[in-house]
Amino acid sequence: MGKQFKCHKISEGVAEAEAVVSKDSIMFYLIDPATGVVIEKAHDLEGKSMANKILIFPGGKGSSVVQADGLYQLNAKGNSPAGMIIQNPETVLVSSAIIMEIPMVDKVDPAFYEEIKDGDRVRIDADHGYIEILS
Amino acid sequence: MILTQEQQDMLDGKYGKGTAYAMKIQVAIGESFDAERMVPITRAHVALSNQEADLWFCEKLLNEGAKCRVTPTVNPGFCLEFFKNRDMVAPEFADLMQRTHNAYKAIGAQLTYNCTPYIDTNVPNFGEITAFSESSATPYINAVWGARSNREGANSALCAAITGYVPEYGLLLDENRKGDILVEVQADMKNDYDYHILGMLGKKIGPGIPVFTGLPRETITKEALRNLGAELNTSGAYGMYHIEGFTPEAQTLEMAFGGKEPVRKVVLTNDDMAEILEEISLSGNRQIDFAMFGCPHFTLEEVKHIARRIEGKKLAKEMWILTSSHVKEMAVRMGLDEIIVRAGGCIVPDTCPDQPCWRHLAGKVGITESPKCAYYPQRRGIHFVIRDLDTCIEAALTGEVK
Repeated sequence: MGKQFKCHKISEGVAEAEAVVSKDSIMFYLIDPATGVVIEKAHDLEGKSMANKILIFPGGKGSSVVQADGLYQLNAKGNSPAGMIIQNPETVLVSSAIIMEIPMVDKVDPAFYEEIKDGDRVRIDADHGYIEILS
Repeated sequence: MILTQEQQDMLDGKYGKGTAYAMKIQVAIGESFDAERMVPITRAHVALSNQEADLWFCEKLLNEGAKCRVTPTVNPGFCLEFFKNRDMVAPEFADLMQRTHNAYKAIGAQLTYNCTPYIDTNVPNFGEITAFSESSATPYINAVWGARSNREGANSALCAAITGYVPEYGLLLDENRKGDILVEVQADMKNDYDYHILGMLGKKIGPGIPVFTGLPRETITKEALRNLGAELNTSGAYGMYHIEGFTPEAQTLEMAFGGKEPVRKVVLTNDDMAEILEEISLSGNRQIDFAMFGCPHFTLEEVKHIARRIEGKKLAKEMWILTSSHVKEMAVRMGLDEIIVRAGGCIVPDTCPDQPCWRHLAGKVGITESPKCAYYPQRRGIHFVIRDLDTCIEAALTGEVK
């Protein structure tokens, strides 16, 4: 049993994967669908892949169509994130996660952010409102 | 969230699978924002984008039997007839636009193909609850008309048009519409273009609801307000703003801030404006290949202004003026279209700059007065010099910008 932290469900589902942590907000239009690698210049994750990972980031940015289109293209290539943990929800990103059926949570116990680091194995259970750091 | 019997029936599939799917998405959005209930809308605007995800989502709802209860207006893709007749678009992209057209027609949208519904095709009343996507539209209807909408995505706005409801949270509630940031504009505001540049200062303004002071009343036109909203959402994410003594929920500063102190104060100067222009525009003193206007769509007044400037002259370079089909039709009736065509320009209805119909401009250098026009087509290899409208017109006449 790993350490558990409370959270709040945005998009339903359960996911378990390796964590990747971004300090910057994300626009999924500027991630290469073929690899899942962030191509936005000067982004915290530039050059890193978030494909099939648990993506931990502040929130979304960009116009009213870019998140859905970006996640759709990633999904089509099997490279969308396995799950998402955010701090600032807004409608454009939230609706896109729900439609693309990617588990997403927010309002996580602040202690989680002190523990979590890149490469940790993490399980999100959005339906029961908790996150677990497995190793 | 507590649902009415009708809303619960929608969720349970009594109104068909497509409506149930739309309602399921909206309930999930509502719950994520801790909304307590859903409220009816009377208008919607969907930012149709003619991209794969847009078509996939609309077709999915349609194939499961969804129909719009509230007829939404829609954003432009590109005008099929115009670009097919001129052989400017590859067959696979013509097919995509045709399928997008067919899907939105079948689901019951009003096929306006116009990104300025708040001026042209879908104007709400004060206090009206709506679901508006399109980044220039949401702030315009909230700030200028005093109507209410969250910053919907194209997909969530389509769901709202289908169910006729939105979850009640965010900008739908009085307490969330008050200003956070006092923005004192010291920069010289002379014309509509200056509002484009002002809006690009989102990074300096920061997150929250800005309250602008110092904007000269005579410069606050519908075009200026359109430009301000469009660029605030190019440089950041803003569903709402206030202008002291002008917008309806900001008759006074006290009213704008709801009696509270601003969280932050920001001063914007001529230097800030010059600095941001340097960052977003190609440098001047060069030949240009074409001029493009109408991101967001140009008004009849702007078309008239261009016609006056180029009447009886010959343009050295292509000039594309993007408008609603209504403005195009008026321009034809009023003889403005003829003046522009004679000079070598073209009014294009129903079309957006970020579409595959502009493939002949890839690798070329354009000039525009709109930073948003310059921002999105970059990924198509089209780059722009940004200048005020009269400088752009002059550049199209001579072929170069100083």
